[in-house]
Amino acid sequence: MPYKHNIARRAAQEIEAGQIINLGIGIPTLIMDYLSPGQQVFVHAENGILGMGPRAKAGHEDPDLIDAGAAYTTIVPGAAFFDSLMSFAIIRSGRIDLAFLGALEIAQNGDLANWIIPGKMTPGIGGGMELAQKARKVVVLTTHVAKSGQPKILKKCSLPLTAPGCVALIITDLAVIEVTSTGLCLKELASGVSVAEVIAKTEADLQIPAGELPRF
Amino acid sequence: MGSSKIFSASAACRSIGDGATVLVGGFGQPGTPNSLLRQLLAQETKQLTLIKNDASEPGLGISPLIEAGRVDRLIASHVGLNPLAVALMNEGRLKIDIYPQGILAEKIRAGGAGLGGILTDIGLHLDPSPAAQLVEIEGIRYKIEPALRGNVALIHAERADEMGNLVFAKTAYNFNPVMAMAADLVIVETAEIVPAGAIDPDHVHLPGAFVDRLVLIEEFGPEYGVLKHHALQT
Repeated sequence: MPYKHNIARRAAQEIEAGQIINLGIGIPTLIMDYLSPGQQVFVHAENGILGMGPRAKAGHEDPDLIDAGAAYTTIVPGAAFFDSLMSFAIIRSGRIDLAFLGALEIAQNGDLANWIIPGKMTPGIGGGMELAQKARKVVVLTTHVAKSGQPKILKKCSLPLTAPGCVALIITDLAVIEVTSTGLCLKELASGVSVAEVIAKTEADLQIPAGELPRF
Repeated sequence: MGSSKIFSASAACRSIGDGATVLVGGFGQPGTPNSLLRQLLAQETKQLTLIKNDASEPGLGISPLIEAGRVDRLIASHVGLNPLAVALMNEGRLKIDIYPQGILAEKIRAGGAGLGGILTDIGLHLDPSPAAQLVEIEGIRYKIEPALRGNVALIHAERADEMGNLVFAKTAYNFNPVMAMAADLVIVETAEIVPAGAIDPDHVHLPGAFVDRLVLIEEFGPEYGVLKHHALQT
């Protein structure tokens, strides 16, 4: 699915040297493939790793070393292991500079819903609520619309929130959208996508800057 | 210290009775005390309340107990890798209480540290239950989350010494130390039991004060190995 890789590649550009980042389930895990070898980044995994490396290669898996989505993983030099108390102390005390999360719905004020569809999808919250509420910056990576074709970027979320007002940036298969104090602002377009298509597939109000938008 | 802490799995688990609340280590499979859980299944303990981060995956960890109808209630943070548990919950045959993962850990830590509960601002935007008690400290609102404890904790450690000092491995560390803090009876399965002094005191992850019984894992079944499981991936 190339659009997921395009989202992940664009998302990796948000990471600054020396940051501690957390990669949620789904598209965010693909960001590992786009971290440059010299990039000084420490990846945190909720199950007790700071300094996670790429996914383990087939035949080299360690049964005691998984990521927070239960895939076998690796570590980089300088990594640390710790227990769940320490792992969430790192999160809740604001030590995660940047968290990449998935979304079911995002509202134009930055509200995020990504953990429950009452009566339909009830997997539990895991670490998502603490990450959404306490990471210094939350970037959402998602398809622009749901499988049904319904917009995910809305005036107001209908699902129970993961955290209110937490989202700073939205990167989708169609666009990069910034959450500002005055609402959503279209920043970039995916190649081959028009402003009209983004507006048509976004329920929320969008501010469109004048001039040609950058492509990603 | 008194008599030996080393037991067989059956002798260690025999006193776990029907209706017990059991804390279980592990996040996914790493750190899950599979041998002790198998013993619990074999001795047909029922009406259990389990406290574990997740519901394991079908056929693994705590899932066989859930599948056999031995579990009335599960307190967890995420059950998405076990569709059987979700189905039982939706049918009303299994009660599942969900807490944010780090809040679950801290509630248990409070129970294991002689505290009545914790104050947290996580999830305050969700309508708190009528029973929720709120407090305000320096202008910030917090919810009181009461401490959690269990009758028994089942723990997986990489290594133990005969005093019960424990060392955990990599991401098999996870909830194991905190679960061991918050139970009246703590049973640990481990790959290796070494003499006192063989673990450098600087390298002990959990002191033996929290450990009552040690069980040497006799058989490492496939559940301890690399699994072709349903990772939560793209």
